[in-house]
Amino acid sequence: MVYLTRKCEFSASHYYHNPEFSEEENRRVFGKCANLNGHGHNYTLEVTVKGEVDAKTGFVVDLKELKEILNCEVLDAMDHRHLNKEVPEFRDRIPTTENLAIAIWKRLESKLKVAQLHRVRVYELPDLFVDFYGES
Amino acid sequence: MKAHLTRRYIFSASHRLHCDELSEAQNREAYGKCNNPHGHGHNYALEVTVSGQVDAKTGMVCNLADLDGTVGGEVLNRFDHVNLNQCAEFEAMVPTTENLSEVIFHILKQKFKAAHLERVRLEETAMNSFEYCGD
Ligand SMILES: [Zn+2]
Repeated sequence: MVYLTRKCEFSASHYYHNPEFSEEENRRVFGKCANLNGHGHNYTLEVTVKGEVDAKTGFVVDLKELKEILNCEVLDAMDHRHLNKEVPEFRDRIPTTENLAIAIWKRLESKLKVAQLHRVRVYELPDLFVDFYGES
Repeated sequence: MKAHLTRRYIFSASHRLHCDELSEAQNREAYGKCNNPHGHGHNYALEVTVSGQVDAKTGMVCNLADLDGTVGGEVLNRFDHVNLNQCAEFEAMVPTTENLSEVIFHILKQKFKAAHLERVRLEETAMNSFEYCGD
């Protein structure tokens, strides 16, 4: 089994706000992130897939195919967009880094045919990242 | 759903690697330059990984402000800009980065209850790093 990691970057805006919370509660739980005018990040995404190395090609996965899936499912959908307003997963879910990693996992898992998804890592900042391994 | 959250912190400290039970020559042999009697320092990078279910209301494994508060209060306050050899934790233990990783893990395990502590990873320099998961 070999693991392959592909990295890409995207920039998006978001805010954290739960309509079930009072304004004070939103402020207390989400701090500055509760500002409804939003703010943005440069996200770095690392997608790790695993599989046996194909005897003929020497590949775990066709990188071209993985890149296309990442472009369609993640970059086209999220790069230079407002996560709360433009990405359907976040219509009723807070676009935290945790939920973003889970949403990206779900988008990729259904499209990846050749290799198995192992880990989705999303950096919101160089000093803050979330790993999701598809665990329930 | 269970996610892992990692936060990175920086602190600077000095240390000297020296074991009283070893001779001068043995200390020199074991620790090399790190045995220099006046010590030396590093900018340590600490990565703390916690895991847990993502809360449906907040979208979080744990509140980052709580994690920062505990790491700041219990780890950075204790070890930033100090001489590790003079810390109570290292009275009877050489302040290698291996030992420091274990010490930090045990402090956080005891003080941070809002999520499961998975791992402590400590970079002593850009070239050396150490991980401790509590086993
Ligand atoms: Zn943000």
